[in-house]
Amino acid sequence: MLRVYPFFLEAALVTVHLSVLTCILGLACGALGASMRLSRLAFLRWIAAAYVSLFRGTPALIQVFILYFGGPQIGIQLDAFAAGTIALGVNIGAYMTETIRGAIVSVDRGQTEAARTLGMSRWQSMRKVVLPQAARMMIRPLGVNINALIKGTALLAPISVVELTQTAQRFIGSTYKPFEMFLLAGILYMIFIYVVGQGINWLDRRARIT
Amino acid sequence: MGLDFTVVPDYFGMLLMGMGWTIAITIGAGLLSFFGGIAFAVTALYGHWAIRLPVRLFAWLFMGTPLLLQLFLIYFGLIQIGIDLPAFVAGVIGLGLHFAVYNSELIQASILAVDKGQYEGARTLGLSRGQTLRRIVIPQAVQAVIPPMGNNMIALLKDSALVSVIGVAELTLAAQQAISRTYRPFEFYLAAAFCYYIINLALEAGLRRLERRIAASR
Repeated sequence: MLRVYPFFLEAALVTVHLSVLTCILGLACGALGASMRLSRLAFLRWIAAAYVSLFRGTPALIQVFILYFGGPQIGIQLDAFAAGTIALGVNIGAYMTETIRGAIVSVDRGQTEAARTLGMSRWQSMRKVVLPQAARMMIRPLGVNINALIKGTALLAPISVVELTQTAQRFIGSTYKPFEMFLLAGILYMIFIYVVGQGINWLDRRARIT
Repeated sequence: MGLDFTVVPDYFGMLLMGMGWTIAITIGAGLLSFFGGIAFAVTALYGHWAIRLPVRLFAWLFMGTPLLLQLFLIYFGLIQIGIDLPAFVAGVIGLGLHFAVYNSELIQASILAVDKGQYEGARTLGLSRGQTLRRIVIPQAVQAVIPPMGNNMIALLKDSALVSVIGVAELTLAAQQAISRTYRPFEFYLAAAFCYYIINLALEAGLRRLERRIAASR
């Protein structure tokens, strides 16, 4: 049992690394997607709606497989880590698009109208009036997305990225101790998720208007 | 090696079979997650502490870890203690329990939100504690959370792709089998994605109708 700990700790770091990269990519896709969904240009709105619908309407695992196994056929050759991170990031970005858009549209219309009446441009009223209020509201729902994303990194086990679930699976095979391996990996996931959750709570408290 | 979608129709039957299994798993696990969710919710709220604590611990473990890890535990772990479940059954149980935990959280909140007067009224009319829960409180609580439970069903459909990893011959594995013969991953995974998308649209449409009917019956 003792000799597996270093492998699990290393794998946990890979899971953390994957989660951070996926989160950054997801937030970027989400911000871009949300701004397109709210654009005045119909074709941008249409592209973003299609992005959200297609990536939320199909399994993330299939998206990972298409990029990793199918990518080389269309000239995209990536290693498992890169392909997995990109696929998961773009996938969670579709969910984050809806989260961010939801927070922005929930800001009272009167705020925009008042800002525009005061002579601000569309962009100024968005940046100085709407976004600061929307940002506070999106912290919690984005936290839910991030929680899902961390557990979602397990989807890279089938393409042999040596993260926590893949490591647990490997040692279940070699040690025949499935419950212990599950518990070990599970505890590490829960510690990570707990720490991230506390961070989000802290951010949310700080962002509250008192 | 460019793309050639002309090979896909040759494996149409295989993909269709896979789709059938995906739908079967989704329905089986969906039912388990629905009734399991109610059972967990009632136990977590009203059960004796000796069963309430393990149920809470189980829920906490299942919400904090990835589904794939849970599937490995159920499939390989139960073999270890002498229970050799077929992959399909293990998959349905794993998916069903995972989403039962999520449904249970929704139902618990909903039960607590049912007006106390409903409970008191039923007790006054002579219904026992169990009858009041079964006939008055739970039906109202469950109806109120049909929309968010519908979202869980959609998530379940997509997560059913994970059971391919423990060897259930559903849509994702059917695509993999076609790929192992044709070496055309892009075409077949895209075809599988398309099939999931269709099932997803059908499920969403069904859920919307259900929600409208519930709203109308109130």
